[in-house]
Amino acid sequence: MPAVQETIDQVRLIDVDQYKYGFETEVEMEKAPKGLSEDVIRFISGKKGEPEWMLQWRLDAYKRWLTMNEPNWARVSYDKIDYNDIYYYAAPKMNPSPKSLDEVDPEILKTYEKLGIPLREQEILAGVEPQNRVAVDAVFDSVSVATTFKEELAKAGVIFMPISEAIREYPDLVRQYLGTVVPVTDNFFATLNSAVFTDGSFVYIPPGVRCPMELSTYFRINEKNTGQFERTLIIADKGSYVSYLEGCTAPKRDENQLHAAVVELIALDDAEIKYSTVQNWYPGDAEGRGGIYNFVTKRGDCRGKNSVITWTQVETGSAITWKYPSCILRGDNSRGEFYSIAVSNGKQQVDSGTKMIHLGKNTTSRIISKGIAAGKSENTYRGLVSAHRKATGARNFTNCDSLLIGNQCGAHTVPYIESKNATAVFEHEATTSKISEDQMFYCQQRGLSDEEATALIVNGFVKDVLQQLPMEFAVEAQKLISISLEGSVG
Amino acid sequence: MLEIKNLVVQIEDKRILNGLNLTVNKGEVAAIMGPNGSGKSTLSYVIAGKEDYEILDGEILLDGENLLEMEPDQRAAAGVFLAFQYPLEIPGVASMTFLKAAINAQRKARGEDELTTPDFIKRVNAAATQLEIPKDMLKRALNVGFSGGEKKRMEILQMALLQPSFCILDETDSGLDIDALRIVSEGVNALRSPDRAFLVITHYQRLLNHIVPDTVHVMHGGRIVRSGGKELALELEANGYADYRESEAA
Repeated sequence: MPAVQETIDQVRLIDVDQYKYGFETEVEMEKAPKGLSEDVIRFISGKKGEPEWMLQWRLDAYKRWLTMNEPNWARVSYDKIDYNDIYYYAAPKMNPSPKSLDEVDPEILKTYEKLGIPLREQEILAGVEPQNRVAVDAVFDSVSVATTFKEELAKAGVIFMPISEAIREYPDLVRQYLGTVVPVTDNFFATLNSAVFTDGSFVYIPPGVRCPMELSTYFRINEKNTGQFERTLIIADKGSYVSYLEGCTAPKRDENQLHAAVVELIALDDAEIKYSTVQNWYPGDAEGRGGIYNFVTKRGDCRGKNSVITWTQVETGSAITWKYPSCILRGDNSRGEFYSIAVSNGKQQVDSGTKMIHLGKNTTSRIISKGIAAGKSENTYRGLVSAHRKATGARNFTNCDSLLIGNQCGAHTVPYIESKNATAVFEHEATTSKISEDQMFYCQQRGLSDEEATALIVNGFVKDVLQQLPMEFAVEAQKLISISLEGSVG
Repeated sequence: MLEIKNLVVQIEDKRILNGLNLTVNKGEVAAIMGPNGSGKSTLSYVIAGKEDYEILDGEILLDGENLLEMEPDQRAAAGVFLAFQYPLEIPGVASMTFLKAAINAQRKARGEDELTTPDFIKRVNAAATQLEIPKDMLKRALNVGFSGGEKKRMEILQMALLQPSFCILDETDSGLDIDALRIVSEGVNALRSPDRAFLVITHYQRLLNHIVPDTVHVMHGGRIVRSGGKELALELEANGYADYRESEAA
């Protein structure tokens, strides 16, 4: 309840069209030459001090990418992207591997302070219960600038570091798993990412270890005309558990910027990974100028028996979202879950959903998707549930609800269901509703303003999914949803 | 308290209220009776400020303030409460959450401090006990899956918590069995006070046996055609609305 009140206060404080994280950081940057070529890839690989195999991997991906076409099946439209008009590497000029925060540019530290992301461990420690601590990897354009609680995590055997560092320090581990969930050839954007990825997080949880704190990565795009191509790889070894959070913001700019990430999760026998995202990239202005193109491939592999992967996402940002966090249910008795809230306002376009691929026996999956469309936005749920012929006893439950605010937006649901095993049981429920004028009037009659009433009704609509988020995140997400919808009534 | 002068209202070019005049004094319980389509529910919606109605003429004053210039939430904060004939469902929002949001929104609009959680819970529990509302109902989403009787009790619970100065009950007796009618009526009677006025809209005398009115007004063709004491309700019960229909035909 206090969260609802905060939401309301928050909504009141800001003007229409105000994106809270739209500021820019002035910092001296080092960039690769504009455009994409083998030389640029060699430049990136060289900057990261990568071994030869990694460079070869990238170059192979690049060659492959040159032969591929951009996908056009999603329900989104945008001007053709000129891939040679983008910087593929931009990093603040600083010590490439800072030993402590004192070596990090104070402007960058200030940026994270403004974003409310704590990087100083001492400050985080003060007044926070150990179980509520969050370790952060902060990625600024193409590089990770700081990672907190590394040592404490290392004591538990947990590896949490920028992926570029992991490639140098744990090459065998990275090589064993990288590209095994999202192959280099998977799709146009994933292949591009494989060629040019710059940074992201690497997580390894050893057998039987319950990660002692939440891990998180905070992605910030700052530099103009720069794409962000992060790569995240999380491995939960047998019987381990980890909860991982991801947040993203970018400055307001009139040009569109490309964000093409790849996230791979691997859960071995009896392991569990919870992956939560609050995606708040700059969505563009009310006229649809600017904003991030968020073209992301996220996939988890329940490789071991009894393994569990849960995706929870709150999507409020980006001009265009193209994103389908999926689960491959390979291990017997494994479970995949997808909880999503996708909010679109203004001229945002969202085409998002999930894939649950049932391969193993007695695998189960659950999909709860809540789409909220306001303004002139288009919001599509696209999902696939499939059972392989060996997936005896596969079960899925899907629930897709859409809520429309106003009469100029659209909500669409495109579910694909394929079953090659007669014992599989798939259920699909879908509803589309509008906030009715009668509901609004009822709330207003009790004293709630337009905005308060909308916030309350929307919070009720997304409640099932919010409950899946870690506590602090849920409060944040609730605020964010209201802010995104602000100005949508009228 | 409430003064309605020459109110003329239409919806989609159809005239519903036709120069309606009505005064309700502080502490008074006024009943409005009338046949279907006489404009009773429209009157309640127009007082509360529902959109879709076009006000062509007249004014509505609450303690001298012009309600027609206020938004529905401002009217609520000023003391207007409408117990709906068909309360709306708000999925996913616990009744408790809704109640607290409403109380605090009104307090804020009046420049008062928000209620603390313990204080709020104390008040809700007291009111809920009186209306025989079980605690688990307060945790359920507002009005979702509630029976007709539960919905009406929830309306009165909200009224008890919001402490409005002018309460409109729109066909509150519809869909109630005898026990629920008793509970709801007792709840309303407990709120009667010299500072509070009620406008009780009903088809039937039945409700007025439980909530005894000070005045009874007969509405027909969008205006008040007759006013009297509580005995007028009994007369209507005996004779029906036929007299008024004939008078219109004549």
